[in-house]
Amino acid sequence: MDTQTTAPPAAATVTTKMTARDVSVFYGAKQAIKNVTIDISRENVTAFIGPSGCGKSTFLRCFNRMNDTIASARVDGEIKLDGTDIYTGGMDVVQLRARVGMVFQKPNPFPKSIYDNVAYGPAIHGLARSKAEMDGIVEGSLRRAGLWDEAKDRLQESGTAMSGGQQQRLCIARAIAVDPEVILMDEPCSALDPIATAKIEELIDELRGKYAIVIVTHNMQQAARVSQKTAFFHLGTMVEYGDTKTIFTNPTEARTKDYITGRYG
Amino acid sequence: MASIASSPTASHGHVVRIPTDWSNPEMSRRIRRRYAAERRFRAIGFAAVAASVSFLAFLLINMLVHGLPGFLRTEIRLTIPVAVEKLHLTPDQLNGAGKEAALSAADFSGVVTAAAVTRFGDDGASFVSDTGWTALREAVTAEPTIIGKTVTLWLPAAGNLDLVAKGKPPSADGDAFRSAYAKLQHDGLVRTRFNTNFLTAADSSDPVSVGIWGAFKGSLLTMFVTLILSFPIGVLSALYLEEYAPRNRWTDMIEVSINNLAAVPSIIFGLLGLAVFLGTFDMPRSAPIVGGLTLALMTMPVIVIAGRNAIKAVAPSIRDAALGIGASPIQVVFQHVLPLALPGILTGTIIGMARALGETAPLLLIGMRAFIGAPPTGLTAPATVLPMQVFLWSNEVNRSFVEKTSAAIIVLLLFLLMMNGIAIYLRNRFERRW
Repeated sequence: MDTQTTAPPAAATVTTKMTARDVSVFYGAKQAIKNVTIDISRENVTAFIGPSGCGKSTFLRCFNRMNDTIASARVDGEIKLDGTDIYTGGMDVVQLRARVGMVFQKPNPFPKSIYDNVAYGPAIHGLARSKAEMDGIVEGSLRRAGLWDEAKDRLQESGTAMSGGQQQRLCIARAIAVDPEVILMDEPCSALDPIATAKIEELIDELRGKYAIVIVTHNMQQAARVSQKTAFFHLGTMVEYGDTKTIFTNPTEARTKDYITGRYG
Repeated sequence: MASIASSPTASHGHVVRIPTDWSNPEMSRRIRRRYAAERRFRAIGFAAVAASVSFLAFLLINMLVHGLPGFLRTEIRLTIPVAVEKLHLTPDQLNGAGKEAALSAADFSGVVTAAAVTRFGDDGASFVSDTGWTALREAVTAEPTIIGKTVTLWLPAAGNLDLVAKGKPPSADGDAFRSAYAKLQHDGLVRTRFNTNFLTAADSSDPVSVGIWGAFKGSLLTMFVTLILSFPIGVLSALYLEEYAPRNRWTDMIEVSINNLAAVPSIIFGLLGLAVFLGTFDMPRSAPIVGGLTLALMTMPVIVIAGRNAIKAVAPSIRDAALGIGASPIQVVFQHVLPLALPGILTGTIIGMARALGETAPLLLIGMRAFIGAPPTGLTAPATVLPMQVFLWSNEVNRSFVEKTSAAIIVLLLFLLMMNGIAIYLRNRFERRW
């Protein structure tokens, strides 16, 4: 792999933001995730890769308890944010989701104006004390999401009227607006064209270091381009976890190697 | 790679395929049949639409032709000597405290009848409407100084004369009324005016003085009660069942019950209203509040079903988006799901309310078919509703009621149109906002 398609190197010193210990997820009787243990660092982008149905999205949704919305889902094990267990540590799920934001596979802006899309999170959490402060948050979030120049003249237009790539960046701006500590991205580019994908990847790189980012992706090249840490999932287990460079060039496990080289997936 | 499709070989164990001849007669026939089927379908569909439009047009034209004359009335010019001794009323009595009693005791009817007989001969009394004397009463009340003088008033003509004026056969003595009308017309003593009385009065036994306002107001009050009960309860039920209720045997049973309730014949709701609201709770008979409660029971399941479907149709990705940013479940429901589902809920509500507006059967049982001579003054006052008024008038023997029935139907349809118009306006407004 040449240098242009490889992500910047992992941060020299890392602090652990989230930890998962022996996490299992069940949908009814079916076990979707089997005893996964992983540390998510604050400074790096962590990618979850693996073939369809391997459970990587399910696992991602444990970090902000989005699995709670599925009646049959049950999560075992322990997931901590800054040392506090997010399931049993008395943490409010609404606050957790503000601290651990999420960007979904399909761009899903609210059918409201661009401004209202970004302002919604800060408004419900009471983060802005005045209209001016809210304007500042909206502008800052759109700038960080690289959308300000395209959106500043049409803030009152509907968010759903934008192109797919712009919508996804709007969703990222919406997540950033509540000033989260972690951003989970569930295949954020799978519905986008290559140019929009490139913009999102650039954006992820810019956001790296400010937020702990976990990205689930189908696209191995994408994982190689944007992440410093990669976890490979297969059939509900985490097969291998390590520096992206190592995983892609010198994987320990045979299954990882087969997947990376395109033998299955 | 490209050669695989066009030159099949058996070498890989596949069946040998003959190259498709896209222009052979069999193929052309199939294409022709396909187009013919499409043309047939379009023709049948067009015929269906044309049939329903022509039914509707027939109904509307029929109603308009029969009903529009109902908004007009014929009036007769009559010169009335208002003598104090005949009327038994002096101008002074109208200033004192006993004004109402004096007015009740005064013989307006006799004075008008006498004037008509004097002017038109022995049949004269039958030219003026039975309630025509109220015009004199109003004139006297407004201007007491006319007592003792002679006044000229336009009085509403009797029903039979009115029918002749509109070119219809009267109930009796056709020739007599026709010649009388011709003579009146020749003397310039008749005119046709817009019947404002029809829009302001309530039911009456005299077709000339009936009005639709009583039934219209009754419908308004009843619909008001129905709406404020069934809409919030229906929408909240739908929200709870869709968003909060666990899926188990109980909620399945509730769902089946609601679907059944929506299909229950309306007369059964009437019996329920009779037994529960009138029987158990001892509420007033013939009152809009009871009618509204009964119709609300009927409308609620329709709103619940439409509401649930509309809520179900809201994309799950919107729920995810709101939850993912830290919205609480109630914020998700009220700030995202409900506004997006509202147009659908409103459509269901229109259907339910329109059905309730046209309903007569359940109201028969709670006494809203009574003869009510004055517009209802409140939710507990006796009232009737528009479809019931249509039903009551259509049962009358007097021919003059025919056009009144049609006119009432026109008013009912206009009410319906107004209601649907408001609902569609609201729906579009919400659709634009989101």
